[in-house]
Amino acid sequence: MATTTETGQTGSGRGVGVLLLAAAVAAAVSLPLVALVLGAADARSSLDLLLADTTLRIALNSALLGVGVTGFSILLGVPLAFLTVRTDLPGKRLFSVALAVPLVVPSYIGAFAFVYVFRPTGPLQELLAPLGVASLPSIYGLGGTVFVLTLYTYPYVFITTRAALKTLDTTLVDAARTLQHTRWEAFRRITLPQIRPAIGAGALLVALYALSDFGTPQIMRFDAYTRVIYSAQQYDFDLAVLLSVQLVVVAFVILAIESRVRGSGVQSEHPGRASSPLRLGRLTWPAVAACLLVPLLALAVPLGVLTLWLLESQARVAPSLAFQPVYAFNSAWLAFAAAAFAALAALPVAWVASRRSRTSSSALVGVLGTVVERVSYVGYALPGVVVGFALVTVAANAGDLYTSGVVYLPLLVFAYVVRFLPQAAGSTRAAFGQVSPALEEAARTLGDSPSRAFRRVTLPLVLPGVLGGAALVFLTTMKELPATLLLRPAEFETLVTHLWTAEKQGYYGQAAIPALVLLLVSALSLLVMVRVEGYDVE
Amino acid sequence: MSNDLAHGRATPDERDDPTVRDDRFAERVVLELDSVTKRFGETTVIDDLDLTIREGELITLLGPSGCGKTTTLRLIAGLDRPDEGEIRLRGTSVAGPEFSPPEARDVGVVFQEFALFPHLTAAENVGFGLRDLGDEERERRVGRLLELVGLPQKGDAKPDELSGGQQQRVALARSLAPEPDLLLLDEPFSNLDVDLRVEMREEVRRILKEAGVTAISVTHDQEEAMSISDRVAVMNDGELEQVDTPERVFEHPESRFVASFLGHASFLAGSVDADSVATGVGELPRDLVFGLAPEYDGTDIDLLVRPDDVRAVAAPAPECNGEVVHRRYLGPTVLYRVELDSGDTVACMHNHSDEVGLDERVRVEVTADHELAWFPRGEPRAL
Repeated sequence: MATTTETGQTGSGRGVGVLLLAAAVAAAVSLPLVALVLGAADARSSLDLLLADTTLRIALNSALLGVGVTGFSILLGVPLAFLTVRTDLPGKRLFSVALAVPLVVPSYIGAFAFVYVFRPTGPLQELLAPLGVASLPSIYGLGGTVFVLTLYTYPYVFITTRAALKTLDTTLVDAARTLQHTRWEAFRRITLPQIRPAIGAGALLVALYALSDFGTPQIMRFDAYTRVIYSAQQYDFDLAVLLSVQLVVVAFVILAIESRVRGSGVQSEHPGRASSPLRLGRLTWPAVAACLLVPLLALAVPLGVLTLWLLESQARVAPSLAFQPVYAFNSAWLAFAAAAFAALAALPVAWVASRRSRTSSSALVGVLGTVVERVSYVGYALPGVVVGFALVTVAANAGDLYTSGVVYLPLLVFAYVVRFLPQAAGSTRAAFGQVSPALEEAARTLGDSPSRAFRRVTLPLVLPGVLGGAALVFLTTMKELPATLLLRPAEFETLVTHLWTAEKQGYYGQAAIPALVLLLVSALSLLVMVRVEGYDVE
Repeated sequence: MSNDLAHGRATPDERDDPTVRDDRFAERVVLELDSVTKRFGETTVIDDLDLTIREGELITLLGPSGCGKTTTLRLIAGLDRPDEGEIRLRGTSVAGPEFSPPEARDVGVVFQEFALFPHLTAAENVGFGLRDLGDEERERRVGRLLELVGLPQKGDAKPDELSGGQQQRVALARSLAPEPDLLLLDEPFSNLDVDLRVEMREEVRRILKEAGVTAISVTHDQEEAMSISDRVAVMNDGELEQVDTPERVFEHPESRFVASFLGHASFLAGSVDADSVATGVGELPRDLVFGLAPEYDGTDIDLLVRPDDVRAVAAPAPECNGEVVHRRYLGPTVLYRVELDSGDTVACMHNHSDEVGLDERVRVEVTADHELAWFPRGEPRAL
């Protein structure tokens, strides 16, 4: 009797302890948001600013951008998903991977490459000039931005749609066919209603990404929220705060809809029966061409341009801009620090999230657990430029420390943790979910104390998930642009900032090496994603 | 086929003359499979299959899993294409030189897992194939069908709110709604609990007969096949072994495979004499053996005995002819396996009250009150 009581107390004692840790993490990562709200409260005549022509124009621009990218991503992602899942397309496995790769490539690298190719005095113009083409349609502005962002974000729709199509019971389609429905009618009345939530979830992620992305609108000179916030933080602090708040509100709304849509799908009871795939027949080669064209544009064009730059860079050397290995080193240790902190911070959050339903010892603890879990995912909703800007305002209040520049690097690592904690927490939470609490209980009945049982049983089992999440954070941090630009100390260069400076000053050759390294990093992050998140290429 | 050998036994009055039957039913043939072959890669799943289905009958394709039953259904429905041969529905070719897609055939299917559309209600599922009707008429028809299957109140329920039996009734109503020429049922009862299965068999047969639809069902459950079908087509390894009424298929199997597949078959080696057959359980009178023609005099045959045809009894040592090697208690009955001194092994089913112990010497006697089927010796086992 006494033992039971004691165990119960120790167990819930530990639960509360972990919960407090998780709450501390949640409080820390919500700091940028709090700073932003406080800043907004201080801002001058918010209402005027809110209704100013500029603000409305930026809102409209961003809306056009979001709608455009999302719409085209659906038009691209859904047919491609269908081709790679339900037809006899040759090379399906290869295409399943190749068509998902653009997701991990930073869109600013694509933007650089396309701007280089299509700019008024660029190689394409030179090539076409003898043919009497006086000028190309401008790559700058809405059109170019939508084009590039679609090319690198449609995989969200592609991947979610594929997953839904694979779990769809194909006998339902067979059943519709035997009830006098043609293939197309069966698709419309049976397949589409069932994969619609998945398409919706993917599309909302696309919209979120399109609105949060800083690099592409900046390079393509399109005044979306992110671009204006970045420039306004230097001359009009209040405007930057106000636009940041607007952007965050929009992002929260999108995420709220996404989480509702994701759960609403009807799961068929008997998923994925192998039925004969749709024969493409004469459409085979057009389909293959379409599946080739997309990765060709998204991957081969940047790769080709970068190789070109690399060769040219030998000719045009600008010593002050020459690539130095220390840039790569800086990127790596920053990313390593971010990954380590994110993985540690993710542990209590993931534990609370996965055990929340089971350790409902009191209603208050349960509610607190839910809140903590939600708040720690705030990084999803905060665009990088907003996190960076919010932390700049925090630093500005730090007085001497700020002017001496000591706070920058810790703040930068902190910004990464805020942004990428959800990745680490997601992977760690999944790992915790796989471990039955009965295992730990078994260790307890074999004489282990709670902490010893956790160390000997649970921790070794969740470690692969924790490390997978950390690896993902490492690779994503390497590619992070806006917060790095805003928070790095003067003279401190990473791969990304070097790439940015070289491009901005027109020394494309100098951008080649960091960009190629970043492409390699992208390829690695896809590998990790396949392993950690179990992307199914079959 | 070698079965014809054994058909010295078939007398004209017991077997319809096939030519006569074809004439009589010629205009009422619903489905013909003509030398249909289907391969998946290197494997031949259906091999040169012929089958004719007549108006209003309920026929069951019976066979072990992997024998090609479901593939046959899919070929008929148009969900797969045959590699060779022709399929005709009411005389019109639907697969062969030309191929009609499933939506262009009047063939309904009840799928093994019912395949109810999870995003639609029961009534919407039933009305799914009724697109040519006006709203009002469709509603009336859906109502009538739900009544036919005994679910008039469940129209607004989603599939996941229905029990297994109810889901099956909805699936049945849905496939009957467009009034198909032919209804296919793929293992229709395999997803139901055992108790429900027996009840639904009766129910489905009633509904099919009431709707007057021609139907092909597929199963590996011999009891199910026997109890619902007008005719049973026993299938093995992509070929049809026998197509006949349940009684004839059970009592007069045309191959050893059919005999073994329908109930615990044992074979007793025997040699035919003038008016008896000598076996390991003694001399059996010749008239106990079904249609044994004179040309088999002096040859060896195998007699088919089922567990209820023989019994093992305790007897004085000299009268014993075998030893109990296995005993399985089944509640109401006990199943024994007896190894005969002659080398054959026979299964005997007893009422649980007569007890014989394991390893005991016993006398096995034939108690059958009907003629026994037999196969000429040396015919290779169909398995």
